[in-house]
Amino acid sequence: MAAIVQGIGSTAAPCASSNKFLLSSLGSSLLEKKRNFFVVRSDGKCYTGLNQQQRRAQNVVTNAVATKEEKASAAVGSKPGHELLLFEALREGLEEEMDRDPCVCVMGEDVGHYGGSYKVTKGLAEKYGDLRVLDTPIAENSFTGMGIGAAMTGLRPIVEGMNMGFLLLAFNQISNNCGMLHYTSGGQFKIPIVIRGPGGVGRQLGAEHSQRLESYFQSIPGIQMVACSTAYNAKGLMKAAIRSDNPVILFEHVLLYNLKERIPDEEYVLNLEEAEMVRPGEHVTILTYSRMRYHVMQAAKTLVNNGYDPEVIDIRSLKPFDLYTIGNSVKKTHRVLIVEECMRTGGIGASLTAAINENFHDHLDAPIVCLSSQDVPTPYAGTLEEWTLVQPAQIVSAVEQLCL
Amino acid sequence: MGFYLSKSRTVMHNLKPKLGSLGVMFHQSSGIASFSHHQESQSGLIKNLGAGSCNRPTLFTIWRSEHFKAEKQLDCKQNSGGPQVLNFPGGNVKFTSELDFLPEGLEERVHCYRILDENGQLTSSNFVQISDELAVRMYTYMAMLQTMDTIFYEAQRQGRISFYVTAIGEEAINIASAAALQLDDPVFPQYRESGVLLWRGFTLQEFANQCFGNKNDNCKGRQMPAHYGSVKHNYFTVASTVATQVPHAVGAAYSLKMDRINACSITYFGDGGTSTGDFHAALNFAAVMEAPVIFFCRNNGWAISTPVGDQFRSDGIVVRGQAYGVHSIRVDGNDALAIYSAVRAARQMAITEQRPVLIEALTYRGGHHTTSDDSTRYRSAEEIEWWRVAQCPVSRFRKWLEKEGWWNSDAETELRASLRKQVLRAIQVAEQVEKPPVADIFTDVYDAPPSNLHEQETTLLETIEKHPKEYPPNFSC
Repeated sequence: MAAIVQGIGSTAAPCASSNKFLLSSLGSSLLEKKRNFFVVRSDGKCYTGLNQQQRRAQNVVTNAVATKEEKASAAVGSKPGHELLLFEALREGLEEEMDRDPCVCVMGEDVGHYGGSYKVTKGLAEKYGDLRVLDTPIAENSFTGMGIGAAMTGLRPIVEGMNMGFLLLAFNQISNNCGMLHYTSGGQFKIPIVIRGPGGVGRQLGAEHSQRLESYFQSIPGIQMVACSTAYNAKGLMKAAIRSDNPVILFEHVLLYNLKERIPDEEYVLNLEEAEMVRPGEHVTILTYSRMRYHVMQAAKTLVNNGYDPEVIDIRSLKPFDLYTIGNSVKKTHRVLIVEECMRTGGIGASLTAAINENFHDHLDAPIVCLSSQDVPTPYAGTLEEWTLVQPAQIVSAVEQLCL
Repeated sequence: MGFYLSKSRTVMHNLKPKLGSLGVMFHQSSGIASFSHHQESQSGLIKNLGAGSCNRPTLFTIWRSEHFKAEKQLDCKQNSGGPQVLNFPGGNVKFTSELDFLPEGLEERVHCYRILDENGQLTSSNFVQISDELAVRMYTYMAMLQTMDTIFYEAQRQGRISFYVTAIGEEAINIASAAALQLDDPVFPQYRESGVLLWRGFTLQEFANQCFGNKNDNCKGRQMPAHYGSVKHNYFTVASTVATQVPHAVGAAYSLKMDRINACSITYFGDGGTSTGDFHAALNFAAVMEAPVIFFCRNNGWAISTPVGDQFRSDGIVVRGQAYGVHSIRVDGNDALAIYSAVRAARQMAITEQRPVLIEALTYRGGHHTTSDDSTRYRSAEEIEWWRVAQCPVSRFRKWLEKEGWWNSDAETELRASLRKQVLRAIQVAEQVEKPPVADIFTDVYDAPPSNLHEQETTLLETIEKHPKEYPPNFSC
């Protein structure tokens, strides 16, 4: 599962190539094309990437993403790149994949002519038609089911939940079918679906619209979960999720859509299972993801001023955890602070704490500290809402405590 | 390089396709069946959206960004005088001063399409003729399904397999519908449609392997017996969840529509499954999206112990189609000829007109819900007996075959003996094959096992090695 760079002259293969059954009845309008791309590993080895077995046999690739300290420019190439907002980066990734592969389609509420509630699909229906960017009636379980059916028959759908909380209605399909059918069918049917949407606590959106679904979904076997936090990783993860043959849930955050960043002009795809080193350090490992990354970085400024050297890692991959990157960090700093938006009970932090304790117990100099939201529905009042979230001041105190 | 697709079957003048090469415009053509179409809605679909003229009744458009030019016209009335009309999306609505509520149902129940009566006698010639070869083949497979069900059920009672689901009483539905379809049509079953898979070529041995969950099972021992699936036969793996396959079929139809493949998808479900949210939304979707899918409801009277009277109060399932704007028909589920004709017609309609079709087949669940149920606890033995004998679809079809001179009692004896032998042999062979290896616990969760699953597998293997007596013997690694 290394980073994939599209080779020159490569073009998309027809949808039905993944389903040998439909291949025989393809009309002549869909041409047969060869797919040619190169897999670049961070240790410099390069090989043509069609042999999946070969790829799988290798270890998890580390740090395919450049690990520069400034989070603003993670540009790989020498070109200056272009500036855009996070939701535009998501759209760019989506559009590039739709151009590249005619099997990619989008379905969700108001994604078509309306352009999506958060404008992620703006303009796509005009470009690709209202069948390929499909407006659905209000029935999350059913359109997720529809996406699963479409995925099993050769398409690569992206199902948008207008808000992640609405996907609770789709839990049956996500858990019982999306996660399971590849397994229960003995590997015969694959479900290359991407389920994405904004979640997390916004600005006074009320309890029902401020949910952190990653806690509920993390147990489902068969799915992968990633959370984006910058325009750069949003685009890269979107593309990777679409290309993955596994069902992937991509968690976006309501408050991060308008983040502006300069991203490379050239094409790039990120690794779904990799964490991102935001700021290398020596004293403490701070693990976070999504919006809390920014609270952590804000706290990091204060901490640096006070003489601390925190290592900040945006874990990005919520299922499975990138224990390689995390482990290396723990072995270096011996102290872990997890900062998450999930509730204390059963959140990502809880699982991460368990995983680190199990695997790296001997390397810890102190118990793992996990800062989470309280186990309460998110209140509406602005002040109350703010107090349920982990704030930078809390993070600073926690680090100071940890490093005593 | 993406290309442009439209979901509507009408020509959309208002859209400006940017990439003209692959604009999809489906042309209407009439189905071969003599159903009562809603003429206005079909013929009158969007001609010109920019009109803005008050006098022109603007029908509902698919492309919503344009269609609320109609809002200007909401207040307009017809100039011609006469009853007032509301110009509303979907078509003109006449006003009335009668405070009339629609009754909960029609006075007479929707009629049921049937060709063969209980004695195997043709009652009409209004059906799709089939050759003697096809008829005999259909009968053979109905008998095969019956034999397989009977013997596998016995095997479960003997403790050789843990669970089984029979389709007793629904053989006509299984075989005749499958015969009317093509291999290109993806099938999304509930769990009482193994006959469809049988018809498509899944062998008795493969059925047995799945039920025993042995190493040769193409599902690698992952699912309960009777939860078959075969990508080769375009038959999607059965999941235990009720009616979740109905939206899947719509998704598959969407996929076929996108690829412009000459096929439709079909999904089966029971009377109980129609109460689910997934059923409702799937029908609604399919209608809105104009998806080529056949919804086949096996109304067999019972959802485990819940009779249809406790399941819904509508006139069965067929009337619901209209609520969603879907063509529907009720057929006699024990009449193979009727089912064959109906599914053939439905398939034609679904593909050429790009629309969903709902078929309700009235039948009876001759066996228990599954081997975990004893239906005599909630229904009378006489009722079961009557349906199984007097209405048996297999014997009805056989009587017709014999009348046509294509079958006789010698052929019957020979067939039954041969089938019995084949099924027994398949079970014997499957029973001897060993179970899948430990590694199969961890494969296919993802496309490739991630590190945490590798770890878990290693841990398990170590544990088994350390405590061999606690685990089944002959666990191949």
